[in-house]
Amino acid sequence: MDIYLPIAGLSVNALIVVALGGIVGLLTGMVGIGGGFLTSPILIFYGIPPPVAVASAATQITGTSVSGMLAYRRRKGVDYRMGAVLIVGGVVGSLTGGLLFRLLQRSGQIDTVIALLYVILLLGMGLLMAREAAVALAIFKPRTSARPVRRHNPLIAALPMRWRFYQSGLYISPLAPLLLGFVGGLLTSLLGVGGGFIVVPAMIYLLGMSSQVVVGTSLMQIVVVTAVTTVVHATTTKSVDIVLAVLLLLGSVIGAQVGVILSQRVKPELLRMFLAIIVLTIAFRMAIGLGWRPSEIYSVEVL
Amino acid sequence: MRRLPILRLLAPLLLGPLLAGAAKPQLVPDVSQRQIQIQYSFAGAELLLFGAILYPGGRVPTEPADIAVVVRGPVEPIVVREKKKVAGIWMNVESQRFRSAPAFYAVASSRPLTELVDERTAAIYELGLQNLQLSPGAGVDTEQQRRFEAGLIDLRRRSSLYFEAPRGVEITQRVLYRAHIMIPARVPVGTYTAETFLIRNGRVIAGAPREIRIEKLGFERFVAMAADRWSLSYGFAAVALSLFLGWGASAVFRRG
Repeated sequence: MDIYLPIAGLSVNALIVVALGGIVGLLTGMVGIGGGFLTSPILIFYGIPPPVAVASAATQITGTSVSGMLAYRRRKGVDYRMGAVLIVGGVVGSLTGGLLFRLLQRSGQIDTVIALLYVILLLGMGLLMAREAAVALAIFKPRTSARPVRRHNPLIAALPMRWRFYQSGLYISPLAPLLLGFVGGLLTSLLGVGGGFIVVPAMIYLLGMSSQVVVGTSLMQIVVVTAVTTVVHATTTKSVDIVLAVLLLLGSVIGAQVGVILSQRVKPELLRMFLAIIVLTIAFRMAIGLGWRPSEIYSVEVL
Repeated sequence: MRRLPILRLLAPLLLGPLLAGAAKPQLVPDVSQRQIQIQYSFAGAELLLFGAILYPGGRVPTEPADIAVVVRGPVEPIVVREKKKVAGIWMNVESQRFRSAPAFYAVASSRPLTELVDERTAAIYELGLQNLQLSPGAGVDTEQQRRFEAGLIDLRRRSSLYFEAPRGVEITQRVLYRAHIMIPARVPVGTYTAETFLIRNGRVIAGAPREIRIEKLGFERFVAMAADRWSLSYGFAAVALSLFLGWGASAVFRRG
């Protein structure tokens, strides 16, 4: 079933795109990680121009994250104050990322930068997840350090102008979450990812936020920042393809709900291990791709 | 349906002897479609270029003329980039601008072009992929220019945006000709031209070019226009749609 994408300017098989959205949604629901990092590379691989893939993936993430955020809100798992700080940082990051995207596009380096960033992020995330899952499955035993783990990072505690974040149980400077939000926003507009896989671990290990509000607050930031990114891309690069986004959403919102149900039946550690293997495979494939002679030496950009 | 226009073309052919004043053969070209519409499941289109050759006196010579047809898309300024290995990574290093590259170019002829015309004539009429006038940017050596041109042509050839069909024109009874040109799904919208050339003894007689409009229609046209003209509202609409679908799915599953 071919459907013509009016902005991307080509026809795609609608069922494949819906299925792709479904797989990404399934991962989101099962493991709690937004699958944005899978969507844009696969769309690009499928022949969709990178700006359209990134912009439409951002639109899709808004939809997938909102249902998760609503669920956390019912359980009071959102720290609005922290979320607001993250959003301010995220919006600035998204706007900066938009500018950077244009600059890199003009100099012709956007593909290389996207691929390099993906390799670094996916390798890091895959290794961390694999280690965590291996520990949980008792395949691997970590060396327990003699030092007691400090909840507050000394560098962050040294920042001036402290605020109280009651629900996160923190008394820290808003500069740290502001910077974190900035990085998340930058990744959203450059790569079309939610950035949760960077922001969530940083919230836990660097900021020391209480774990009940981490995911909900991160989702709140992702919903707003991806929405802003969509509007930014719509007005600057004009590459949001609403038909593509709807196809992806149809699959992913249903996939996410099914994923939540499935996740209650499967051992979460096994799931994480499985995801870690997928992520590492993609990372290795992309890393090799950077070094291999590409099938196309020449590329054309219409001015 | 296809026969009708051909019949209509036969009429001037029969009148030909009456009108024959000029010694040179004449060309009556036409195309099957003046408009190609891009809609929800557009997977490309097939264009038929056909027509008749009118010989003076209505007598068909023993050595008949040849036909070449050219379909050309809108001209765009482009940048071609070339990847090289830098520190173990393949990345874009050099680039070359071309001010006028056609988005689509197809040439079909009744015999290979090299047998029909000499290089100079081919260059004048831009017959063949080697003779496209791409207007490269100034200040680069010809060797590099040629390399980038070859890269561009090879790339677009493999995505069916450029092609040559050396025996793609069929001539029946030495009078009627027809050629099929495939327009792939990935072409940009705009005004395309279809030109027919009558070639005899290395000399070219050009027929009047026909315009073909390729445009988006209906919903696709509306979306593309909204994205371009009301981009802010379009962005908000995309966000609203996305929020609605996400919220809707969670509401449905919570009840179920």
